[in-house]
Amino acid sequence: MLLIHCPYCDETLPEPEFTYAGEAHVARPADPMALSDEEWRDFLFVRSNPRGTHYERWRHINGCGRFFNAIRDTVTDKFAMTYRAGEPRPNLDALKEAAE
Amino acid sequence: MTAQIHSFPPSPAITVETLPLAARFSLRLRPEHREEAKAALGLPLPDRIGRTATEGARRALCLGPDEWQIDAPEAEADAIRRALPRGLAHALVEVTDREVTFRLQGPAVLDLLAVGIARDVSRMEVGRGTRTVFDGVQAVLVREAEDRFTLAVWRSFSPHVEELLQRGAREIALGL
Repeated sequence: MLLIHCPYCDETLPEPEFTYAGEAHVARPADPMALSDEEWRDFLFVRSNPRGTHYERWRHINGCGRFFNAIRDTVTDKFAMTYRAGEPRPNLDALKEAAE
Repeated sequence: MTAQIHSFPPSPAITVETLPLAARFSLRLRPEHREEAKAALGLPLPDRIGRTATEGARRALCLGPDEWQIDAPEAEADAIRRALPRGLAHALVEVTDREVTFRLQGPAVLDLLAVGIARDVSRMEVGRGTRTVFDGVQAVLVREAEDRFTLAVWRSFSPHVEELLQRGAREIALGL
């Protein structure tokens, strides 16, 4: 079973307690009225959909109820790390180097 | 001719009972107002998810960074409803009748919980509680003692959960 670490509960728990919530770090434009239709469409619908490292949101819905962010590899389904919502996007390469 | 047995002996390994209703509240509050709420309620609010705190007959269980569940006897419900001052930003909702609480007791209780819960319940310490999911149903699980748990589910799911618990208890009793 896929195990996910909740940064709020500080526990590693099975995936049925969580729900996926889309790509992370998608900032809502400060002034939507200034955007063209294409830019607004890109904000609403167009996602990076990478093959490999993906920054994404999860919610511990059957637990503490919090949203948090995770870095997961979309090929291997392995979680590199999870971190609290609102924290800046971690640099994965720097983390890997520090671990080595 | 086949003789059918309709009454199995009660399970010595596990008992499943439905607890009578006692007052239960859901409290949402910013963590920085915890001390103020503690003074008003006369009940410490634990600051870590999963911890419980007891004062007299009242018990608080921390379910999230800003969420607590308060259990108390029916007689104290009115006092809790009035306890928190208007000036303190909070949401206190009585949820007594929302849930049905089962008490599961017996040496094989961990096997019974494994019927519906994916997380490793054996790692849970006595006096801790958590929200989790039991066979697709959101539930609040509290470890009351080494071999005793309470499992609270929303009322509409309770026939399904009770059926599953009773069947699991019977299977364990029969050694299946």
